[in-house]
Amino acid sequence: MEVTTQEFKHCDLITVKGRVDSSTAPQFTKELEKATNNGRYKIALDMSELEYMSSAGFRALLATQRNCKRYNRGEVVLARVPDRIREALELAGFTELFRTFDDTTEAVGSL
Amino acid sequence: MPSITYPARFEFLDEIRDMVADIARAGGFSEKTIYSLQLAADEAATNIIEHAYAGVKNASFSVTCEMQGDKIIIMMHDNGKSFDSSAVKEPNLKADLAKRQIGGLGVYLMRKLMDTVHYESSKAGNVLTMTKRRE
Repeated sequence: MEVTTQEFKHCDLITVKGRVDSSTAPQFTKELEKATNNGRYKIALDMSELEYMSSAGFRALLATQRNCKRYNRGEVVLARVPDRIREALELAGFTELFRTFDDTTEAVGSL
Repeated sequence: MPSITYPARFEFLDEIRDMVADIARAGGFSEKTIYSLQLAADEAATNIIEHAYAGVKNASFSVTCEMQGDKIIIMMHDNGKSFDSSAVKEPNLKADLAKRQIGGLGVYLMRKLMDTVHYESSKAGNVLTMTKRRE
């Protein structure tokens, strides 16, 4: 798993690549917390190169969304979610908790 | 029947997913279903490591995976604390963000992704058996 963060003036674009499971989820959580600990609560997550995500990754997404949406200070939006991951997110009822975009620029612009 | 013993550590989830994918691919499953099988196996193994062996060092469990006709059978055997997944309540998928519970999601996904999920606990340990028919 690899996470990179690009800071824009009004939001962060975080790209996660590879596989997020119980082994790598703690690192994923840490990377997301780096943003929120810096007061960055508007986050677009580019998932186009994400190969796999288990419920351990969903848990990290949920915790971050809760933190970001508190006091209406921000939001996590998902961009370019691969079909298989989208299906699993749907099965878990997570697609209702996140706005999703087919285009990264659109996701960043929505924040 | 290929059976492999893995240390009860998250670093081995990758290998468990690969093992399941190899057998499912040879058995003619579609890539889409292979992803589902990998996810179900991952969630099952995660539960064993996290719950059955909570706080236990140097534990291990075995994973058996095989095709029986057009059906794949994934079996996991551990000697940890019994964890009856059938007793896990279904998560409320309609709950709003603040009330959403993440516990039980792994078990829920396993049930949704597989045709059957069966758990048995005895003196000989805990055995989880999951099956899925080729589409």
